[in-house]
Order: sequence, then structure tokens, then C-alpha cells
Amino acid sequence: MALSSSLARLNACWRKKMRVDVAVIGGGPAGLAAAAEASKEASVVIIERNEELGGILQQCIHPGFGNFIFGEMLTGPEYATRFIEKVRAAGVDIMLETTVLEIENKKIIASGRNGIVEIEAKAIILATGCRERTRQQILIPGTRPAGIYTAGCAQRLINIDGVMPGRKVVILGSGDVGLIMARRFTLEGAEVEGVYEIMPKPGGLMRNVVQCLHDFDIPLHLRHTIIDIKGKKRVEGVVVAKVDENLKPIKGTERYVECDCVVLAVGLIPENEIAKKAGVEMDAITGGAIVDEGMETSVDGIFACGNAVHVHDLVDDVTIEAELAGKMAAKYVNGMEERKGLLKVKAGKNVRYVVPQMLRGKDIETIRFSFRVKKEMENARVVVKAGEEVIAERKERIVRPPEMVKILAEAKKIWEIRKEVMVEVEEV
Amino acid sequence: MKEMICIQCPVGCKLIIRKKGEEIYVEGNKCKRGKEYAINELRNPTRILTTTVFIEGGKGKHEMLPVKSDREIPKDLLEHAMKELAGVRVKAPVKCGDIVFKNIANTGVNIIATRDMEEK
Repeated sequence: MALSSSLARLNACWRKKMRVDVAVIGGGPAGLAAAAEASKEASVVIIERNEELGGILQQCIHPGFGNFIFGEMLTGPEYATRFIEKVRAAGVDIMLETTVLEIENKKIIASGRNGIVEIEAKAIILATGCRERTRQQILIPGTRPAGIYTAGCAQRLINIDGVMPGRKVVILGSGDVGLIMARRFTLEGAEVEGVYEIMPKPGGLMRNVVQCLHDFDIPLHLRHTIIDIKGKKRVEGVVVAKVDENLKPIKGTERYVECDCVVLAVGLIPENEIAKKAGVEMDAITGGAIVDEGMETSVDGIFACGNAVHVHDLVDDVTIEAELAGKMAAKYVNGMEERKGLLKVKAGKNVRYVVPQMLRGKDIETIRFSFRVKKEMENARVVVKAGEEVIAERKERIVRPPEMVKILAEAKKIWEIRKEVMVEVEEV
Repeated sequence: MKEMICIQCPVGCKLIIRKKGEEIYVEGNKCKRGKEYAINELRNPTRILTTTVFIEGGKGKHEMLPVKSDREIPKDLLEHAMKELAGVRVKAPVKCGDIVFKNIANTGVNIIATRDMEEK
């Protein structure tokens, strides 16, 4: 007891301390864009736990990034490189291999190469990204042999460590990561027996279904799941089965599939342990922080952006959102922020969630609402209402749950009406 | 007869393609981009190849360097291209855009690095 308290005191004296206007937690696509933007008007530090910047983009070696922002189909590392160069040119302070432990009243406690660091920031941007759901969270029964990986882990092994996780692979989940990995395994000479998806529709973008599965004749089994994993030391096979409308396996449809590797691509969840400890309010549906139109959370001066707020399908959208967070955080530290009040934003008919979840009447002319629909709809009418009044609307030829939908609305109209805002989608 | 999904926009029309002699007939497309896509996919489907090659002396934990073809190559040649790249090793430092392999699968297309890799 005495020893630990004197050690704590010693540690406190040795603690490296620093001060900064804006501290960005996370150096992935969200953190990079937020830092680059904030650095135009404020001093900025990026705190990154990995040994390099770029986040998940560094292992996403496939093309498909930047079509909207750069008008080019870049690979993940290329997209990251552009923003890494941007933050370096802007003179942003970069702390690598530094993990944030907690935030107490705008004071960040982090553990780095040289011990504990204390960073006092006027504003904090949470750009902590998301993590993969695991076997634990989808409760697949069976043994616990080697050879079961999440898709992102398999991607890292192949693309960075140069290790093949298996030769005969079964993929569970048809989200984008699962589809991309089906192609990657095939190109590297492994056999992908099939991709199994519990839902009646693929979970990823159509372009990935075509270019990752159809191109290589990889079967996609919709309404199917893995109900058992077999093998003692190493995976020897899985039992797959068809599911009914309630996603329950149908008796008699079981089939044994031999394989030495199971890849789980069963969804992503925002990573918010630090945010929660700091008292930031969470959205039960997105799993991310609740934010206003300027990406500020429920805690004054703490902002959030990217996959820490809601899981995105396109990095371009992450960049746009993060640049807004960066800009508004700089405004906040420079005392240039305005507020008109507090209005709630609700997900209406056919909408699963909307970001931002609240409006504070900040100095932003056009508010960008990002949301996901509950089901696929053709010829959809997207509407933003303030009270009963429609303030923005747009037609979409098709909306699908895997593809985030965006609609812009004029802030002025909302604050003239000053009523709860609702985003709805109707089939017409 | 061949079926494919058009990926020119998020609608994802199901295309049915019939060939009569040299003529190609496309059905199911809601716009003219669908027809162009189908004809191209039938006559000369091409793809950008992205993969990795071994890197020696790279900074950090990277054993692999991400690379891509600087132009699209015929889809049929992807497997052959992967075999050609299987034994390729490059030495750090490498700059994003550097050529790591010339004339892949005899297509005249080069394989280039997609990131910088500093020396250890």
C-alpha cells in the first residue's frame, strides 16, 4: 500500500505534461481529416496507439476509396497517404504508440513509449473507430480450435504480416469486409467454399458482391448460418444450415462443410470505452456517441466523428464528417461557437437511425443528416420534417440498409420552426 | 444467355444478355449505362489488380508492401499475374507510385507500390 502510493507519487512527478488546443484521439481516416481541418485555426495533436498513422486503411489494400472526395478509386493505403501528408504539412503534432487510458475534465491520460503522458486540451475529438464483432457476440456453438478469425484479423495477417490463415475457407457474413476477404483469399490461392449470410439480402455494397464473389464464382448462401464448428486443435469443418424468417436454423437443412479456416465478418461496433468513461452519452442503436450538427457530443468540448459515431460504408463520408468535427472543434477553442438552443432529431418511418441526433443551432448553414433505412425500397422519397412541416426532400431510385443515405437541410428553416426534427423514408 | 448485375449505380439492375452472332442484346437495364456495362463485361472484362509483395528492411512490422496494377488488366489474366508476383521481393525504401514489377502478364501494365515504406 505504502509502496504503491509512493510509486504513484513518483510516477506523477515524472509524468510528461503538455498543452494543446485540440487533441485528436485516433489517427485513422477520421482522426487525420479532423486534425488537418482543426490545424487551420488551432494547435493540434494526434494520439495514435498503433506504430503508424492511417488506421485500418493500411490493411485495406483494395481499391474503392476516394471516389467522392478525389474522383479517383484509390486503395486504402493511398487514401491514407494523402491525409498523412496533409497533417504532416500542417505541422500537426503526432504521438504514436500512445494509448489513451482516460479523459478527466479535458485532461487526457495516455500511456506511451516513455511512460504516462498527460495532455491538457481545450477540445477533444474522439476518432477511435470501431471494432469487429466476434464469435462471442453471435454465439456459435462448437469447439474452440485454431483457425477462427475475424475478417479484419485475417486481412491484417495476409496484407501486412504475409501469413495465410487457411487454405480452405468458410466466410460467415456478407458485409463488405467479408466480401473483400473472399476475393483476397482466392487471389492468394486459397479456396473459399462459400460466403454464408443469415439475412435474405447481402450485407455489403452491390459492387463488392459482383467484383469479389461473381468474378471468382464464389457462392453466396443467403438465409444460411454456421450452427457448429468442429475440430480439436485446428478447425476441421463447420455445420451450416438454412434459417427461417425468425433467423432460426431449419431442421433437416444441416450440411457439413470441410474447411481449415472460418472467417467471421459479422459486423462492426463503434469503440467507445474512453468516451463512456468521460461521460459521453451514447446512442443505443448506432453504439456510438450522440452528436449535434457540429459533431459535438453531450459533453461540452468533446467532439466525435467517423466510425466511433456510427459505422460508415464509405471512407469519403468519414472524411466529410471528420472535417466538420475538426472545423467546429477549432471554432470552439477560439470561442467562436454559437448556440441557439436544443432540438432533438428523430428517426421516423423506415429509418433505423439518424446522425446528428440533436441540433444546438450552431453556425452551420446546411445540416447534413446521415441515416440508414430499415429495409430496401425502390423509388423512395426521403423527407426531413421540422414539426409537421417538410423542410427538405429528395427522391432516391433505391435505398438499401447497407448503403448510408444522406440529405441536406437548411438550418435557418429548422430554427424558424424550432420543433423536433424527423427524417423519414416512404415508398412512392 | 448470361445474367449479371450492373454495378454502374446503386440500383443494381439484373441484366440478361443474349448473343446472336456478333450482336449482343441486353435486357433488364433501366438506363443505357447498363447496356454499355454488359457489352464491355462480355467483350473485354478488365480489373485493377491489388495485392501485396514481400518487402525487406521495411520500417515497423510490415512484411508486405501493398501494390496495384497502374491500369486495368484483362480479368482472365488476374491468376497469371498473381503467380508472376508470388516470388517478388522488394527492398525498402519505397515510395508510393514506384514501379515494383514491369509488364505484368505481358500486358504492358506495371505494378506499382501503393504506399511509402521507409527503411528500418
